[in-house]
Amino acid sequence: MSQSPETDALDTTIVNPVVGIDQTAGNFSYDVDYEFDAGTGLSERTIDYISSVKKEAPWIREFRMNALKTFQSKPMPTHWATKDLENINFDKIRYYLSQGQKPKRTWDEVPDDIKNTFERLGIPEQERKFLAGVEAQFDSEAAYSNIKDIVSKQGVIFANSTEALREHPEIFKKFFGKVIPTGDNKFSALNSAVFSGGSFIYVPKGVKVSQPLQAYFRINAENFGQFERTLIIADEGAELTYMEGCTAPKFSTSTLHSAVVELVALKGAKIQYITVQNWANNVFNLVTKRGVAHEEAEIKWIDCNIGSRLTMKYPGVVLKGRKARGEVLSIALANDGQHQDTGAKMIHAADETTSNIIAKSISVGQGRSTYRGVVHIPKHLKGCKNNTECDALLINTNSRTDTYPAITVRGDRNATQHEASVSKVSAEQIFYMQQRGLTEAQAMSLSVNGFINDLARQFPMEYSVELKRLIDLEMEGSVG
Amino acid sequence: MSASPALSAATLTAAFTPEAFAAHLATVAHLPVWWLDRKREAYAKFAALPYPARTDEAWRFANLPGVRLDGFAVASAEAADQVRHAPIGISKAGKLVFSNNRLVTSRPLVADLAARGVIFDTLQNALVNHGALVKKHLLAHPVRPGSEKFNALHTAFLSDGAFVYIPKGVEIAEPLGVFHYAGGAGAAVFPHTLIVAEENTKATVVDFFRSADSEAHLACGQNDIYAAHNAQITYVAAQTWSPTTLSFQFNSTVARRDARVVSLNVHLGSRQARHESHSQLQAPGAHSEMLALTVASGTQEFDQRTLQTHQAPHTSSNLLYKNALLDQARTIFSGLIVVDADAQKTDAYQSNRNLMLSDAAEANSLPGLEIQANDVRCTHGATSSRIDPELEFYLQARGIRKAQADELLVFGFFEEVLAKLAHDGLRDALRDMIKTKFKS
Repeated sequence: MSQSPETDALDTTIVNPVVGIDQTAGNFSYDVDYEFDAGTGLSERTIDYISSVKKEAPWIREFRMNALKTFQSKPMPTHWATKDLENINFDKIRYYLSQGQKPKRTWDEVPDDIKNTFERLGIPEQERKFLAGVEAQFDSEAAYSNIKDIVSKQGVIFANSTEALREHPEIFKKFFGKVIPTGDNKFSALNSAVFSGGSFIYVPKGVKVSQPLQAYFRINAENFGQFERTLIIADEGAELTYMEGCTAPKFSTSTLHSAVVELVALKGAKIQYITVQNWANNVFNLVTKRGVAHEEAEIKWIDCNIGSRLTMKYPGVVLKGRKARGEVLSIALANDGQHQDTGAKMIHAADETTSNIIAKSISVGQGRSTYRGVVHIPKHLKGCKNNTECDALLINTNSRTDTYPAITVRGDRNATQHEASVSKVSAEQIFYMQQRGLTEAQAMSLSVNGFINDLARQFPMEYSVELKRLIDLEMEGSVG
Repeated sequence: MSASPALSAATLTAAFTPEAFAAHLATVAHLPVWWLDRKREAYAKFAALPYPARTDEAWRFANLPGVRLDGFAVASAEAADQVRHAPIGISKAGKLVFSNNRLVTSRPLVADLAARGVIFDTLQNALVNHGALVKKHLLAHPVRPGSEKFNALHTAFLSDGAFVYIPKGVEIAEPLGVFHYAGGAGAAVFPHTLIVAEENTKATVVDFFRSADSEAHLACGQNDIYAAHNAQITYVAAQTWSPTTLSFQFNSTVARRDARVVSLNVHLGSRQARHESHSQLQAPGAHSEMLALTVASGTQEFDQRTLQTHQAPHTSSNLLYKNALLDQARTIFSGLIVVDADAQKTDAYQSNRNLMLSDAAEANSLPGLEIQANDVRCTHGATSSRIDPELEFYLQARGIRKAQADELLVFGFFEEVLAKLAHDGLRDALRDMIKTKFKS
């Protein structure tokens, strides 16, 4: 199978002078024979089709059918969200595609054309050896799955959604759809109806997974929405870091990505979930992410949004047990034609729970970044604390940023603080760096990287390097 | 928008029926035609608009059943004369006392000011004597979206209020005082104060909103401020409506080049009070200082929505809203700073501080920013917390009883806002009003 000619092939020679990486990596697509194709549009037939292809248990089919009804009955949330949502044409979207292949166990079994795709994505062979598992999702199904022996020997279950619900219902059924109920919002309902792919992970009691588990998601067919479903359960005292990275080929018509990610951290467990989102600029990325932290558990979302046309994503933590802790670290970069509508939700539901939100956004060109947050401390809790900081950096005169937090506190035994600031890159700093021989673009890039540095430092090394590169790429051409 | 306006007019407007409106129009028939037309237009809008719904972002967290207008009717003018006016004990440059939408007492301006062209009169007189001036400024700016229905109600039933005009270069040292009373069960009042300050002027205007008895009233008022070049205006609104009153207060402030407007709202009364304030900074150098102090107790709800719009470069605004919450009280603060695309060098600040004095109180903060210019300094902050136990301990260690220590600390919390008022007497009067609420 050969690579299809690119429409903007002329651009392929552009190389970033600062970091020397090909800017157009990820900007491609392959001709792929889709063995199973549910066609476009969404109806009960689509769901029957998906369910039978996946050979699902009747309760899952029923779950999907109910979700479909909820999805159809819910209005678009445009009374608070952007009107851009109205541009999604649900009838033109393909809701299920698969090559009909079972997840592969070894790298040799993966077909060559898919290997090529990963090559372009830049998942280096070397890095794979060090990573505990690479669950790279090719369209709906996991095309490649490699869990290192150590992890499976520890009793960790790492499977895609279909496999997990079929083979380990006793573990996953209990929590599936409980953190984020189907009716949570229109898009969580959509996902519940047509989900496929994604990762289901169970970490047994006391097991600390020392290497981060990783998955890459791609969208690779025009007008094809991707609806992966992730459920991670860390049993008492378990620890896990999960990383999710996205790149997608560029297409002329809009694509839709609507994932649901549920995390459950039982007593004393720790889950860290890291996302670097770099979808193409025509993707609607409407994701619901939420975790439940039981007693003394900790859930940390590290969320980084660089790509997509519109991202709406507010990772949340329900602090259900005493002394539970929730954290969201968020970086958003909005360039021309992009709207990064991101934020965080912290629902305190037990005494002495603490939460921390740090959000930094950068708006370049006509990009728009929005912070939306909810902090809720209900009645008769004591010793709850929240800290929220939102900083926005505006690069060009027509860049835009919005902040819409909502904080509810009841009672006199809790404390919240919220702070936000909006600023531009200091002209003095730029001047100083130019004095020392840097170009204006280099100085700007350095300055922006400095703005997010204290957050980026908390990322695992390879992500922090990738992030710096992505920012350098985005900042190109923003000055002068 | 309601599907069937005819039906909603009947079901949604309670006592504010077309007949009631016609009766109201008859009482002001002698006033200019343009004004009556505006009222008719506003009434039609009021009747057509639905009540706010749960999905309205502008009403997020608010108690929606609480804003129904059932049980209220335009206040009876006969009851107006029975109101006994209680002075606040500060010397004023002039005074107007309204009761149930009617002027009952006044002390005219000192002769010197009148001679220099200052106008301090009722809106009705001003409509007749200074028609062009009033027409230009009366309800000239739409308030922050959200309360269109109630704002239209105000415009439709507004019958009288205060008109303040300060001509070029005039400075008034003593405050001008306006009192608005409501009396009688279910009485609806529509207080209005319009301040027009020309270039290089300086003045302080104080609105006091009070209930003459402990009945439930509906207060639906508006105060608008227009500050021309280099006008320095201080405006204070202090409301002590009865604890069963439903109140709405709308404000629109326009600041022109180098104008400086300080407005302070003190909220103590009402069952449910909604206050909307909109400052527009229209020319370089304009500054708006938006301040509020609220003591919420019992089951009171105070819903404050603010908007700071920076429409020109080099403008600044500073908002500081402080709430002290007791018992099962609720407060909502929803603020928004909007910086237009060409409003470079904007310096805007917005801060909401909630002092939680009870375990059942609830504070909601929605501090928002919408920024479209890059060379700006915009920050906001919101905090909710109890009295610092260390401060409490410090005072107790020096022999001050806990209750007294708490009171001192609460006033310390408010003092930051009160200190921004230049007038000593006014500051003391407000402090006393707040104290009374704590004592009760």
